[in-house]
Amino acid sequence: MDAKTDPSAISHLPDLAWPPAGVSDSVPFGVFTDQATYDLEQERVFRPTWNYLALEAEIPNAGDYKSTFLGDTPVVVTRDTEGEIHAWVNRCAHRGAMVCRENQGNNADGTYTCVYHQWAFDAKGDLIGVPFRRGLGGKGGYPKDFDMKEHGLQKVRVENYHGLIFGTFNEDLVDVEGFLGGEGDVSYHMKRILNRPLKVLGHTRQFVDSNWKIYAENTKDPYHASLLHLFHMTFGLYRSSQVGGVSLGDEWHSVLFASAGEEDESTKKENKENASRTYQEGYTLADMSLLAGRKEYDDGVTLVILSIMPSLVVQQIQNTLAVRQILPKGVDQFELVWTYFGYDDDDAEMDAIREKQVNLIGPAGLISMEDGEACELVQNAIIRDRDARSCIQMSGHDFKDEPHLVTEGPVRSFWNRYRLLMDF
Amino acid sequence: MSYESLLEVTDLINEYVACIDDDDLERWPDFFTEQCIYRVIPRENADAGLPVAVMYCDSRGMLQDRIVALRNANIYAPHFYRHLVSNTRIVGESGDEIKAQTNYAVFQTLLDGETKVYNVGKYEDTIVRVDGKLRFKEKLCIFDTYRIQTLMVTPI
Repeated sequence: MDAKTDPSAISHLPDLAWPPAGVSDSVPFGVFTDQATYDLEQERVFRPTWNYLALEAEIPNAGDYKSTFLGDTPVVVTRDTEGEIHAWVNRCAHRGAMVCRENQGNNADGTYTCVYHQWAFDAKGDLIGVPFRRGLGGKGGYPKDFDMKEHGLQKVRVENYHGLIFGTFNEDLVDVEGFLGGEGDVSYHMKRILNRPLKVLGHTRQFVDSNWKIYAENTKDPYHASLLHLFHMTFGLYRSSQVGGVSLGDEWHSVLFASAGEEDESTKKENKENASRTYQEGYTLADMSLLAGRKEYDDGVTLVILSIMPSLVVQQIQNTLAVRQILPKGVDQFELVWTYFGYDDDDAEMDAIREKQVNLIGPAGLISMEDGEACELVQNAIIRDRDARSCIQMSGHDFKDEPHLVTEGPVRSFWNRYRLLMDF
Repeated sequence: MSYESLLEVTDLINEYVACIDDDDLERWPDFFTEQCIYRVIPRENADAGLPVAVMYCDSRGMLQDRIVALRNANIYAPHFYRHLVSNTRIVGESGDEIKAQTNYAVFQTLLDGETKVYNVGKYEDTIVRVDGKLRFKEKLCIFDTYRIQTLMVTPI
C-alpha cells in the first residue's frame, strides 16, 4: 500500500516521542490530541485505503443513493439506472456546495442537482446540465472553452466486496481481497459472514468525544472484554466466548474470535477473581429470552470481531450481525455508525432473535455500551503530557496469531501499520 | 374521552417521567403491563420501516433486567435526566385501549453541571387499565436525536 504523500507536508508536524521504529508496545498520547496528525491521517490513512461506505443492500434499486463519509470527506454512493454502483465526493464542482442533502433515497431519473445554481450531475458524477450555459438573451453564459467533461464531481473508486461497498481515493491500490491480505483468516471470516444476500435491519449512531484511534484500539483489544463489560459476570452468565483467539492475517487487520465451547471450572474461577474488583455477582435475569439464539454457522463460532484498517468493524456476536463504520469528526470526536443486518432468507423467528439481541450490542448494548465511555475516559485524561506513553504489553511486545484472548497483540499490530502509513 | 380520563392519562405520563428523573428506576417497570412492549427507536429506522430499536423489551422482566444491569453491571458517566413533556394527544380509543402521543425532550446533566439536550422525540403509547390503574401495554419512544451522545443506559 503506498500511502506516502509529499514529505514537505509533514514539516509542521509535532515531533512526538514514539518508541523506536518497529516497537509498538506504547504510543505517545499526543497522537490522540494533535490536529496536524489528524489532518495528515486523512491523506495517509483514510484516502489511500479501502474504506467501507455502504451495504449493497442499502441501495438495492436503480437510482438509490446513500450519503456517507470516507474519513471525514462527505461522499455519496449511488446506483445508476443500469444498476452499476458509483461514488463521488459530495461537493459541487461549481462552487463547492453539498450536492446531495439526504441520508438515503432514490433518484429515479438518476440526476443529482446542486440546489445553489442547479448544476446537474448523473449517478456517475459526470456533469450533465448547467443553467444559463449560453446566457440569457445573449448576455452572460459560460465561455466557449467551457468543457462539461472537465467539471464533473470528484470520483471515488468503488468495489463491491460480497455485498459491502468500499471506496478509496487510491487508483493504484490492490483490490479489496488483496487489501484484506488475500486468502487468509481475514478474508475467510469476511466471506463467512457475507456468505449470502443481506437484509438491512436498521441503523444506530453513536457520537463519542474521543479520537477515532482510541476506538480502533478498543476493537482490537480482547483483553478488556471481561473486565469492562460486566453484564455476563453480574448475571452469572459465564461467557463461552472466553475460549477463542486472535488472528492478524497479513497484519493490517485483525480477527478476534471465540467459540461456543465451555470454559472449564478453573478458568471460570480465574476470570471471576480477576474481575472481582468491579463486579458483583448473585443477580439473575428475570427474562432469559434476551439470550435466546440460534446456531447459524456450522463451525460453532459465536463471536467474530473483524477490525479492518482503518475504519470498519464487521461483527458477529451470537446472532447480531453488524458493520460499524468509524467516522472521524475532528481530533477528539468520532461518530460510530452501526448497520445491523440479517440474511435475505431469514425466517420470522430469526428476525425476532436478531431484533431482540440488538439489546446487547450498540449504543445501548448491555454488553457493549461501555466502549464509548472508555474512549472518553481516555480522551479526557490525556489532554496534556503529549509525550507520555501508554503501555500496550499484555502478552508481550510483538504481535502474532494467538490461541487466546488475553492479549493486546492486535493493538500493537495496528500501531505498527499506522506508523508505516503515517511515516512516523 | 372524558376530561377526567384525559387527566388520568396525563397523570400516568407525568408520573412515568418523574420516576425516571427522580432516579426511582426500580419502580419504572411497574408502569407497564406484565406482557408489554417498550421500544426506543431511532427516527431514521421508524421512518424507513426498519425494526432496529436501541432498547427493546417485551416483558416487565426485561425492563427489570435493564435496571439491574444499570445499577450493577453497566459502566457509564453518572448523570441526571430531566424530561419535559408536551400536552398529550389522544389519537385513538378502542375497547379498553387508549392510544396517546406525547412529545418529549430529555436533558442530560453530567457531574460537571453542564446540561445538554440528549434525546428528543415522541411517545406513542398504548394504555390499558389493570386492577383499576392505567398501565403502558406498549410504549414506543421514537427519537429524532438519532445520533446518541456516547451511550444510552437510562430509559427514556
